[in-house]
Amino acid sequence: MNRRESLKAISLTASGALLLDACDPKPDTVTAPLKAEGPGRQAFEAKRDQQLLAEKFFTDHEMATITVLVDIIIPKDERSGSATEAKVPGFIEFIVKDEPEHQLPMRGGLRWLDVKCLNLYDNDFKNCAPKDQEFIVNEIAFPTLAKPEMQAGVSFFNKIRDLTAIGFFTSEMGIDDLGYKGNSPTVWKGVPADVIKRYGLEGIL
Amino acid sequence: MHEVVVIGSGAGGGMAAYVLAHAGIKVLMLEAGPFFDPAKDSRQLEWPYQSLRRGGNATRAMGDFDAAYGGWEIDGEPYTQKGNSRFDWFRARMLGGRTNHWGRISLRMGPKDFKSRSSYGAGDDWPISYEDLKPYYDKVDRLIGVYGSNEGLENDPDGIFLPPPAPRLNELFIKKAATGLGIKVIPGRGSVLTAPLPGNKDRGQCFYCGQCNRTCKIYGDFSASSCLVIPAIKTGNLTVVTNALVREIITDSNGLATGVSYVSKDDMQEYAVRASTVVLAAGTCDSARILLNSKTAQHANGLSNSSNVVGKYLHDSTQTGGGAVLPQLMDRPRFNEDGVGSLHIYAPWWADKQKLDFPRGYHLELFGGLMMPTYGGYFGFEGSIVPFINGYIPDATGKMKASGGFGKSLKDDYRRFYGSMALVGCHGTDIAKETNYCEIDNSVVDKYGIPVLRFHYQWGEDELKQAKHMQETVQSVIKAMNGIPLVQAAGRENNFGLANPGKGIHEVGTVRMGDDPKRSVLNKWGQAHDCKNLFVTDGSVFVQQSEKNPTWTILALSMRTAEYILEQKQKQNI
Repeated sequence: MNRRESLKAISLTASGALLLDACDPKPDTVTAPLKAEGPGRQAFEAKRDQQLLAEKFFTDHEMATITVLVDIIIPKDERSGSATEAKVPGFIEFIVKDEPEHQLPMRGGLRWLDVKCLNLYDNDFKNCAPKDQEFIVNEIAFPTLAKPEMQAGVSFFNKIRDLTAIGFFTSEMGIDDLGYKGNSPTVWKGVPADVIKRYGLEGIL
Repeated sequence: MHEVVVIGSGAGGGMAAYVLAHAGIKVLMLEAGPFFDPAKDSRQLEWPYQSLRRGGNATRAMGDFDAAYGGWEIDGEPYTQKGNSRFDWFRARMLGGRTNHWGRISLRMGPKDFKSRSSYGAGDDWPISYEDLKPYYDKVDRLIGVYGSNEGLENDPDGIFLPPPAPRLNELFIKKAATGLGIKVIPGRGSVLTAPLPGNKDRGQCFYCGQCNRTCKIYGDFSASSCLVIPAIKTGNLTVVTNALVREIITDSNGLATGVSYVSKDDMQEYAVRASTVVLAAGTCDSARILLNSKTAQHANGLSNSSNVVGKYLHDSTQTGGGAVLPQLMDRPRFNEDGVGSLHIYAPWWADKQKLDFPRGYHLELFGGLMMPTYGGYFGFEGSIVPFINGYIPDATGKMKASGGFGKSLKDDYRRFYGSMALVGCHGTDIAKETNYCEIDNSVVDKYGIPVLRFHYQWGEDELKQAKHMQETVQSVIKAMNGIPLVQAAGRENNFGLANPGKGIHEVGTVRMGDDPKRSVLNKWGQAHDCKNLFVTDGSVFVQQSEKNPTWTILALSMRTAEYILEQKQKQNI
């Protein structure tokens, strides 16, 4: 870290929260409409769900950053939509309240990312140009290639990548994308014959 | 005055109540949790996105859709550990107990298993033989239904089987690999109705959603609630009191049981019910706890504990395993591969005749296919491995790249890897030891003021050697499939990957049977040596478990004990 960078880091530490929140235009938290109650639920579970839904963990700035990140991780392509289209940010907001062990790594990781971007680009992550965002994500998205000074970012990215994939591939859109055909009544007669043949497993049945 | 009070509504209590109520006996059942009817309460066929946590484990240890109310920890009902022991205790407080969420793997113990000392020089012999229990296994097969295949194996007895489900695609690869290593792989044995159950009009046939752990709305699998307790209520002879946590069994000055005291969780009031016979089936550890907490002048050491063995010989299955990604299954074809919620294939213990440095064996539970994408449960989100393992397999264009990534290429990797996992679980025999036990921790009470259990449990050298063998087997199977292992093989420094005792949820043995009243609590009928109108019908009665999962044996033993109670009542002995 050169002198200019370290000064910037110090100033951020002193008034960082204010600086970052002041940059935030307006809240765009995505919350999926989800039901908390149903048959086969215990009273404490329904109550806990309602409490968690009423709480807010991420700041508007953090949520806006998450919204940018999840679409970098899972963008729209020819087969399905993006993470935000599958309401992944709303899932992440809920799951960090449901499983509080994610809270510190997520909050600290988001801040690490903003500080890195402020030092490199004079801007927090979400307001960086897309090519700059991609550059920094590249630095933390490949654990075996990442530089030692990027390790904190690697840990953070591992987590948000996992939460994003969980949120996306357990959504209706993500399940369709994977081509899962089950969860509906059927008669299981074994692996189709053409598949058995394709893999040369005829003798194994 | 009730003719019989049954404590607990799981496999052991449910079966006893079923037999007694159908024979015209007036039965009262006390269950520590709420009523649960799978027809109404199952979350079968719900999608992950219908759960706020997408199936995650925050409030239920095995996932948001899993049927078990309870888990490894229950608020207000702690348990403690002695020394550096770490026993994990799973409790399901609900009608049907732990049979609601279990894997439905339904195996008979074999002739050698009942005579472990004579056959293997380890553990103790049961006071009964396989031949004594075989008629009851047969009756349980017919009453409840179990799929499987008759193989004529020496120590894995045949049964009265419904047709087994065919293997999934990944399972065919595992079968091919294991068979090549000399391990015989056969169809699973599970209590799921793959065909109509002859003579039963109340239960529907399996429609293959693979979600038995959520319980079945059409009663297509076995839960004690759907198959035993609810039918017993319909006879008009069984009354169930729910949310009734038993404090102790009450005895008179002659030392005979006269009733049961309990606290109602609904109104926090204390109650007592009178009974001429008590059947205890609260679950292996809770049954020991109730006996040890039932102290009187006649039973100073706890009820029916003159032998001082109540709580001792606690033993769970040994358990470890491994998994792999099969590169040959990248971009595999999609079809509905849910199958049943129990095993499609498994490998019974195959090395009984080999020269080994440990006395008893284990079986392999083999699994893999297109699972519903979800979070939580036993496996978590299957895709979580993708950014770690995508650096080990060439991409669609044949190029290698670094693990990790983001964007369209990562999104595509999740698709390519989906449904490519193969899992090998090992479940083995732990030799029952006097030194592994639960006891009353007199310094700690639960929120109802009842002294709690303290556990002391260490794996022995035999179990560690067995686990080493398990690890070697798993690695050989993975290698033979050309699989990419998901974790490194465990070594001695981490007990060869052995899960904590208790994690198998097969704990048995704390109220053991035996012919000698000085070395056992119950006679061979499950009747207390010290208290002739007290019977025990859960897993606590086991002398020595085998590598077979215990539920089918609990059901057969409970049925046998219940018929004995009827006979003794007819003779007016109790």
